[in-house]
Amino acid sequence: MRPRGITRADIATANLPRRKLVNRVMEAGATLAAVVAVGILCILVFSVARRGWSELNWNLLTKTPSTDFFGDGPSGVANAVAGSLVIVGLAAAITLPVGILIAIYLSEYARPRVRSFVSVMLDVLAGVPAIVIGIFVYALLVVGSGSSGSGWDGAFALSILMLPFATRAVQEVLALVPASTREASLALGVPRWRTTLSIVLPQTIGGIVTGGTLAVARVAGETAPLLFVTSIVDQQMHWSPSHALQTIPVTIFEYSEQPDPKLHAQAWAIGFVLLLFILVTNLGARALAARNRRRLTGR
Amino acid sequence: MASVEAQAAPGRRSLGGRRRRLGDVILVGAAGIAAAGAVALVVLIAVKVTQQAWPAIRHFSLGFLTEQSWVPNVGHEIYGAASFLFGTAVTSFVALALAGPLAIAIGLYLTELAPRFLRGPVTALVETLAAIPSVVIGLWGILVLGPFLRDHVEPWLHGVLGFVLLFGEPSSSGSGIFTAIVVLTIMILPIVAAVSRELFLAVPRELKEGALALGTTRWEMIRAVVFPYARGGIVAGLMLGLGRAVGEAIAVTQVIGGITGTSGVHWNLFGNGDTLASKLAASYQGATTHLQTASLMYLAVILLVFSLVVNLLAQWIVRRFGRSGEQAGFSKIAAKSQTAGAAS
Amino acid sequence: MDEVPATAPVSIDAVVKVDAKSRQPVPSRERLEQVFDVQHLTASYGGRPAVKDVSMEIYRNLVTAIIGPSGCGKSTFIRCLNRMNDLIPSFSLEGEIRYHGQNICSRDVDSVAVRRRIGMVFQRPNPFPKSIYDNIAFGLKVNGMRDDLDDRVKAALERAALWDEVGGRLKESALGLSGGQQQRLCIARAIAIEPEVVLLDEPASALDPIATAAIEDLMHDLKRDYTFVIVTHNMQQAARVADMTAFFSISRGGEGERFGELVEYDATEKIFTAPGDKRTEDYVTGRFG
Repeated sequence: MRPRGITRADIATANLPRRKLVNRVMEAGATLAAVVAVGILCILVFSVARRGWSELNWNLLTKTPSTDFFGDGPSGVANAVAGSLVIVGLAAAITLPVGILIAIYLSEYARPRVRSFVSVMLDVLAGVPAIVIGIFVYALLVVGSGSSGSGWDGAFALSILMLPFATRAVQEVLALVPASTREASLALGVPRWRTTLSIVLPQTIGGIVTGGTLAVARVAGETAPLLFVTSIVDQQMHWSPSHALQTIPVTIFEYSEQPDPKLHAQAWAIGFVLLLFILVTNLGARALAARNRRRLTGR
Repeated sequence: MASVEAQAAPGRRSLGGRRRRLGDVILVGAAGIAAAGAVALVVLIAVKVTQQAWPAIRHFSLGFLTEQSWVPNVGHEIYGAASFLFGTAVTSFVALALAGPLAIAIGLYLTELAPRFLRGPVTALVETLAAIPSVVIGLWGILVLGPFLRDHVEPWLHGVLGFVLLFGEPSSSGSGIFTAIVVLTIMILPIVAAVSRELFLAVPRELKEGALALGTTRWEMIRAVVFPYARGGIVAGLMLGLGRAVGEAIAVTQVIGGITGTSGVHWNLFGNGDTLASKLAASYQGATTHLQTASLMYLAVILLVFSLVVNLLAQWIVRRFGRSGEQAGFSKIAAKSQTAGAAS
Repeated sequence: MDEVPATAPVSIDAVVKVDAKSRQPVPSRERLEQVFDVQHLTASYGGRPAVKDVSMEIYRNLVTAIIGPSGCGKSTFIRCLNRMNDLIPSFSLEGEIRYHGQNICSRDVDSVAVRRRIGMVFQRPNPFPKSIYDNIAFGLKVNGMRDDLDDRVKAALERAALWDEVGGRLKESALGLSGGQQQRLCIARAIAIEPEVVLLDEPASALDPIATAAIEDLMHDLKRDYTFVIVTHNMQQAARVADMTAFFSISRGGEGERFGELVEYDATEKIFTAPGDKRTEDYVTGRFG
């Protein structure tokens, strides 16, 4: 049962030096590819860090953008920080419960045909480009509403983006709960819903937390869904989601399109903060997730 | 205990009663509604965007797809998607052609060649690349990559290969299709690499050992066993990368320059361009006329159709060819690529 | 032992060591109270029968053992008694199981109510990932037995012969107990809600002999208050603990299908000393299975 692609001639030892050379070249190529990838990552992170670090100062995070075009007064992006916190927080608050419900439905109650249909639909939803989601929310909520968008619209757009991901994360954790604990509970005369809520779900809390954190890290840097929906903003501080809120990614985007080097400097700085936040949350959540997985299954 | 009588009264209490408990109804109901809502959302997105695009669809119909101009002059408006389709096709496919082999090589490295202690860290690093927000990559693209390409790479390429139409006049700003291609390559690299890695991990050890036992070199074994086994999944992974590239709006619009008027389809890689997604992102400030808005929505419809087709194609490929894809849990891989960052 | 004909199988004492003192004779049928009346039960997965046409009665305050070779449908049968097979989508059932006269297999019987009265202990101990106290308290709280929670928990642990070992550390995680302790905790958890019947599906197969003996002693002590039905692949265990024994065997059908059926059901002594059916005799003397 010779694997495909191997002929007698290939194995003939007369060819060995050439074959070994080809092998060496390919191995070197693959290693090079990995080096390139890691190199790109390092260049990127280093670039952002170097430029962003020097610009980082407390003002940046606490002052709003200056409306004084010629002065050198303190200027910052505090309104964007506030807006991001509000919008991402709201999006998580919307997505997590819905995602948990859908995951419960898919893993505990749905018939196989229904389950695969809904799963396919969720995959389709995940494949919708973020910019189209932004346009959709714009068309649905902003057009004709008179306003130029609001924090709620932005949160809604982000939550659509988060949903397939959060649902799948919860599904994975639910699958880790052994069937024997469900059986034990049902055998005690505990109804299905109580079993799900009191026995199954508590075992998944850790996984839900890490999944939620990863989802937040994911959407914190999203620009496209917010462009249409909450980008026409004034430069004041707002905490209320019914206002159009400025956000960090949109700020970076806007500043990067301007020719003003001062704005570029600020963009680097908040870009650095954003990157740091995402990387730290990502790595932290993954480490937590690995520990959780070990706890639930590795006994 | 007295309660024995009350609770377990054999025969005295009927066992019938509500077959559906209230709690079950509520939980299943809420969960089912949530699931139905998600499905409805997908449909609603398609419907709503198409509805907004309808005036343009009715006005231009399919000619929109071949019209190169995008002229918003009031009174003489002409809109067409051809330039953007061209831009999307060029940037995405070239980026895929560059990133694909590179990513597969990385996948091979991580599963076959890397020393054990390196595998975990390097995998984490590659996945971290995917976590970088596209707006930050775009920022870097405008201010660092663009000037670098403009000053060092493009003139060299133009000098050496200038006879080829592709390598025409270097751009003056560092923005252009070429920069966008480089940026997209960087962005889809981690996704395809992650998928490839999962697929290669799923190849059964016995198959690999069978080939090696015959005296093949590692590369020959890979060619003979790993690639054929993972073939379906690899194609699907490439499609996922393509989908990502097509849908990427932010980083691309930051570095691609943007076309105006009728300068749409041209062959100079260093010149400006626009893709479906980047044009949409560039127009967020709002359109001036109804027809322009509708035309932009028309672009969104085309982009949506394109993405859906690529997405569904990837899923179909897995079902049809993806023995290893299914084993590796392709939807799990696709989900991982979502963590890497869907199109933004 | 009675005089047995030369052709009869070896006596039970020669096969297993049995403590004859502890075995009480089974009361005559008229004095027995029926708990289950199984009538022509056929259980199938995906259309293929796992057990066919089982009819038997299970009596109150006795230990009834179900023995037989692997694949004869013992687990399937016992899981029918508390509707646990409902969890398997491809499962279907014909016939009736009358529990105190009421057919519990009918659609309009609430399976949750059934399981409240007919509890189950599984092959592998499956305590909840909670504290020892909460493992038992959970079932009590859900079933509305919240009064004197501490006392009930203590009583259940005492009856399961676990109180001495864990009484001082009720708040610790149940998962830290040994296998035998976990299984006794599962028994305590089941009897805490005061069911009438406790079903045990090979409860000691994952345990060492000492833990197994502890569980067998438990059943012996508790059958005063509960009815036990135990599935076991260990004949000696059946001989030790059971008052009644049902022997299931594998039969082959017309199209080469395999299914289980009830071969013989009688007092344990009779099954092991003077079985009526040759298949039973072959099994208990170890000639097959």
